[in-house]
Amino acid sequence: MRTLIFRTVAPYFTSLMLIYSVFVLLRGHNEPGGGFIGGLIAASALAIYGIACGVSPVRRAIRFHPMAIAGFGLFMAAIAGIISLFVNVPFLTGLWIYPEIFGVELKLSTTLVFDIGVYLVVLGSITSTALALEERERD
Amino acid sequence: MASANNTDVNLESAMLLTEPALADWLVAAPLILGFLFGALCLMQRKNVIVQTRIALFGLLLMLIADIGLFINVWQNGTVVMTMGRWLPPFGITFAADMLGATFALVAGIVGLAGGIYALSDVDSTSRRYGFYPFLLLMLAGVTTAFLTGDIFNLYVWFEVLLISSFGLLVLGSERRQLDGAIKYAFLNLIATTLFLIGVAYMYGVFGTLNMADIARKAPALQDTGPHFTIAIMFLFAFGMKAAAFPLNAWLPASYHTPRIAVSAVFAGLLTKVGVYALLRIFLTLFPADRDELGGVIAVIAALTMLIGALGAIAQTDIRRVLGYLVISGIGLMLAGLGLGSEIGISGSVFYAAHSMIVMTALYLLAGIIGRLMGTFDLNKAGGLYQASPWLGGLCLILAFSVSGLPPFSGLWPKILLVKGSIDVGAWWLAAAIIVSGFLTTIAVVRMFLFAFWRSRPEGLVEIGPISREGRIKLYAALGLTALTVIAGVYPEPFIQVSDRVAFELTHPQTYIDAVFGEKQGGSGL
Amino acid sequence: MEVAIVILTGVFFLVSIYLILSRHIIRVLLGVAMLGNGVNLTIFTGGRITREIPPIIGNNASVPLEGIANPLPQALVLTAIVIAFSFFAFLLVLVFRTYQELGTDDTAEMRDAEPKGEASPPLGY
Repeated sequence: MRTLIFRTVAPYFTSLMLIYSVFVLLRGHNEPGGGFIGGLIAASALAIYGIACGVSPVRRAIRFHPMAIAGFGLFMAAIAGIISLFVNVPFLTGLWIYPEIFGVELKLSTTLVFDIGVYLVVLGSITSTALALEERERD
Repeated sequence: MASANNTDVNLESAMLLTEPALADWLVAAPLILGFLFGALCLMQRKNVIVQTRIALFGLLLMLIADIGLFINVWQNGTVVMTMGRWLPPFGITFAADMLGATFALVAGIVGLAGGIYALSDVDSTSRRYGFYPFLLLMLAGVTTAFLTGDIFNLYVWFEVLLISSFGLLVLGSERRQLDGAIKYAFLNLIATTLFLIGVAYMYGVFGTLNMADIARKAPALQDTGPHFTIAIMFLFAFGMKAAAFPLNAWLPASYHTPRIAVSAVFAGLLTKVGVYALLRIFLTLFPADRDELGGVIAVIAALTMLIGALGAIAQTDIRRVLGYLVISGIGLMLAGLGLGSEIGISGSVFYAAHSMIVMTALYLLAGIIGRLMGTFDLNKAGGLYQASPWLGGLCLILAFSVSGLPPFSGLWPKILLVKGSIDVGAWWLAAAIIVSGFLTTIAVVRMFLFAFWRSRPEGLVEIGPISREGRIKLYAALGLTALTVIAGVYPEPFIQVSDRVAFELTHPQTYIDAVFGEKQGGSGL
Repeated sequence: MEVAIVILTGVFFLVSIYLILSRHIIRVLLGVAMLGNGVNLTIFTGGRITREIPPIIGNNASVPLEGIANPLPQALVLTAIVIAFSFFAFLLVLVFRTYQELGTDDTAEMRDAEPKGEASPPLGY
């Protein structure tokens, strides 16, 4: 698998896929896309990097342990639900704010926070499984 | 456009526009707390000490929330919360009636006891690989499964608790564990998939997933064929989850393999979710089909309790003895469902709560015994009475309690169940309950005899006293034992609770009314 | 349309049950994955197959058009797919680890948790 071409292309490919995964995540608001599919794309980007360059460079590159990333995602998702406690609406109600930054109206919502949480959970857990599988192959 | 308030449609019948009471949040509290603290633990992966503190604090908060919820439901009747403001049957509803609140409370106790026991049982490597996060997530999954009012949501929580239990089961990755985990994982996954098939049929037939809505629409369906198919599907799926007789093979294959704290919480929580689901489906949703299937369920129950007790007698490993006792207990819980009378269901619910506490305590005790003797093998057991007479007393109390001997908590639900079966003339069910109690007594008292009374076999090192660290384990087991003693000596309030649960279950209209907002305050008794 | 999908679902169930009955764990895994897909199709069909109008509220309207497709089964199927996917990933790792540790993928030879020919429990002392 570790051909010269693959090893040269893989880092560019991975970065492209990561950017695309964020695009898919944000696009998910009004069009097909979303946290789950974005997270999958990001996880497969890291998996490709792992296949090409080995598992330890991936672990170094993402700095945190994949499960810790998943934990942070879960935390964000939980927080997104709890915010509704403070505005007296039932759990997980979508809340929106429309701040204007540099003349552009931004639509921010708790659903977005939740979706980013999902993205991180999927990214973390799938990367962790993929890396575990790749590590074993070289024993 | 995005906000709900600036549309020109009247949303009153679809969305909740009033503010929910703060107490209603208690329904969602176990879920929120479990996920929040589980996530915090996952993030503190490397720092084991901080992680442990967070986890125990989280477990304690969950128990407090469960207690609060229980009191709230006891005083005000079924508590309902609609997620994201969408009213039932459109949105997902959480509805805590007495059944859910009681099970949630006991689950909270079991979870906390397991967490405390794990302080000195689970090593730091296993903790780093996620013992506490998985425990919290599993507890959140179990508790929320008890509280949700939406059948598809119930499926989701089944999967949440299943995947966390996989994580717990393989901690340590020994050969035995992997072998056990394979059988556990595949058979449980097939069971939940069957559950999902049932949900799919249900959705096809009723066009709704809200349990109260289904319960409302079920009697109107003249055609009994689809009804019955769905009911059988659920009986099969949840029977497998609960390890009822012909579908019990996965439990003794896996429950003795993980860390003992993990076995203990599994024994206390997992199979009971299956029992809960059976009670909910057959009593709230399809009471008509329960009347049809009552005989079948009663036969399954009798076989389950007998096979479980016989299996327990045939085992050499203490943990495997306990695994079979879990199965035997499931039979007793199903017996009440098979009878369907108020007294039978009351006995079932009481027995379920009793079994959750006592089986967990027994596993914890087995862990202490195993650590002291250095083995779980009955052939090599012995000499414990000399080392620790108090531990012997504890073991005997739990042994009596699990076999249903007075004066401990196993006695009362069995009396209710036996009375319930004799009332309807099912003498064979009563006989099965008594015979299985007798066999259970043989299995556990034999465990006591060999581990405590027999002197230490030749050639083995002497048993030292319980270490300082080991005391923590003892406290967890002691706390649970105290509960079974209290429930045995003073059963009145416990029977009151289970009677009220049985009343609500046999009158599903209260549940339906509560979910659809026609709230009736206070007890229906 | 319904008939075709029902037949397809039947084929899915057929294949998955055949695979699950195998003794080799990897086939069982594939069977379980197939079973999940069969169930998803069942949910989809259970929600009635209507495909004319997408369930989207137009820009200037506040209610959807009449006779739209049922969006709920798609949400359910999506959830079920996500769950099935994560289970498949987990089980794949588990099966692979087990194969490495135990050196077999034959379930009949996996006897580590319940070894053959165990001593019977003591009868007295």
